[in-house]
Amino acid sequence: MIDFELYSPAVLEHYERPRNVGALDPEAPGVGTGLVGSPQAGDVVKLQIRVDAEDRIVETRFKTYGCAAAIAAGSWLSERIEGLTLDEAEALDSREIAEALALPAVKMHCSVLVEDALRAAVADCRRRRAGA
Amino acid sequence: MNDGPGVYLDYAATTPVDPRVAEAMCACLTGDGVFGNPASRSHEYGRRALEKVETAREQVAALVGADPREIIWTSGATESDNLAIKGAAHFYRNKGRHLVTVKTEHKAVLDSMRQLEREGYRVTYLAPQPDGLVDPEALRAALRPDTVLVSIMHVNNEIGVIQDIAALGAVCHEHGVLFHVDAAQSAGKLPIDLDALPVDLMSFSAHKVYGPKGVGALYVRRKPRVRLEAQIHGGGHERGMRSGTLPTHQIVGMGAAFALAGAEMERDLAHARALRRRLLGGFAELPGVYLNGHPERCLPGIVNLSFDYVEGESLLLGVRPLAVSSGSACTSASLEPSYVLRALGRDNPLAHSSLRFSFGRFTREADIDFAVARVRATVERLRALSPLWEMVEQGIDPARYHWATH
Repeated sequence: MIDFELYSPAVLEHYERPRNVGALDPEAPGVGTGLVGSPQAGDVVKLQIRVDAEDRIVETRFKTYGCAAAIAAGSWLSERIEGLTLDEAEALDSREIAEALALPAVKMHCSVLVEDALRAAVADCRRRRAGA
Repeated sequence: MNDGPGVYLDYAATTPVDPRVAEAMCACLTGDGVFGNPASRSHEYGRRALEKVETAREQVAALVGADPREIIWTSGATESDNLAIKGAAHFYRNKGRHLVTVKTEHKAVLDSMRQLEREGYRVTYLAPQPDGLVDPEALRAALRPDTVLVSIMHVNNEIGVIQDIAALGAVCHEHGVLFHVDAAQSAGKLPIDLDALPVDLMSFSAHKVYGPKGVGALYVRRKPRVRLEAQIHGGGHERGMRSGTLPTHQIVGMGAAFALAGAEMERDLAHARALRRRLLGGFAELPGVYLNGHPERCLPGIVNLSFDYVEGESLLLGVRPLAVSSGSACTSASLEPSYVLRALGRDNPLAHSSLRFSFGRFTREADIDFAVARVRATVERLRALSPLWEMVEQGIDPARYHWATH
């Protein structure tokens, strides 16, 4: 088990007070949903975004089943992408998450998982828009 | 406990030393006390230490219905398990090389068995029932003509289930097989009468019952006599079964702790039962909570609960400064799954985490109330955060969902 002392104040703060927790209606216009990970692997992240007519992210929601680092990474990213366009959001890299939260080496996969959730949400958003 | 760095509900890991025990120990350390080597029989310093050691031996023997000559001092239950299992297997190796134990035993037993397997012995690892109990008929079916020893713990350290030692021992003795019992979690907590029980070897620990760490004992039956091959050599102490200078203060502490445990067993048990009811009552209205192990045949001071759709590491972080022990049957990216809970084959092995609450003589109702409030709040908060709990609330079973793996 991880020594909790390895967690940065930023991780603990996001764990204690996660931002943008909740859910958007996945069928609502402009909403994209990414659900990645698996209970078998021990981490599941669900990230949702809602974009306006200019493809700008105006609302985000997330939920995490997983460790404090996975919760913090989801919370941090949900704030980071507010106001970005889909193209800008897609350009984000998991390393930025890991650095911002000073994730311990054994928790790098959490930032990758959250990045995967974002890519899945963006892809869902685009797919739904194209289909509409 | 008062004034500690948190609220301590990890008594199955270790207990605080009873102040009365600590006082007795302190009298055996410094120059104005009984500091002599109990093996120095030629002078008064040694003789006085020996007297203390023998009094402690009588105290330990009295608690469990044994003869003092059947008690061997060790460094703890781990050493006692090693000595009992490897010592008996080595001594009786020409009689047979098969042993039987259970998958939910303590690592001190399982790792001793593994070592014997490396030496060419065969070991059968029985699966317990889902409630943690071992069926005596399953044990009977596992015995072979070359079986020399069976090792089954009295009370399980993770789930607190109490094995029917009398029934299991009877099966062993019908077949002429030695029966070893690890009683680290039960001695001083439950009545044990070795005069009546079909048990040949029993391991004890001091620090699980308000004594010091670093000392334990092994009961070795005299009638009929059980033989062991020593695992530690040098000086022939303890009838040649365990060499090494006897740590007078540790032994005195164990004796005092066992004497107190005997005198206060009824009160300790009633206290633990009341705390258990309070703890379980506190979680009665929280959904997705399961008690692991048999609900009645268990030590009241150990409660192991599983919480569905909550990840273990985040739960442990959230309940701080509550000191409990964790372990789940399921995979967690950050926590080692518990082999004990796995062996029970729990209903929902997919996504849950488990906490072991263990408490005793010095636990107050307020400690239990703190634990309940802290754990409930954390579980509810983490479930509000959990996409799996959201699926459950929408009627989707996460176990049947098709998870994309990558």
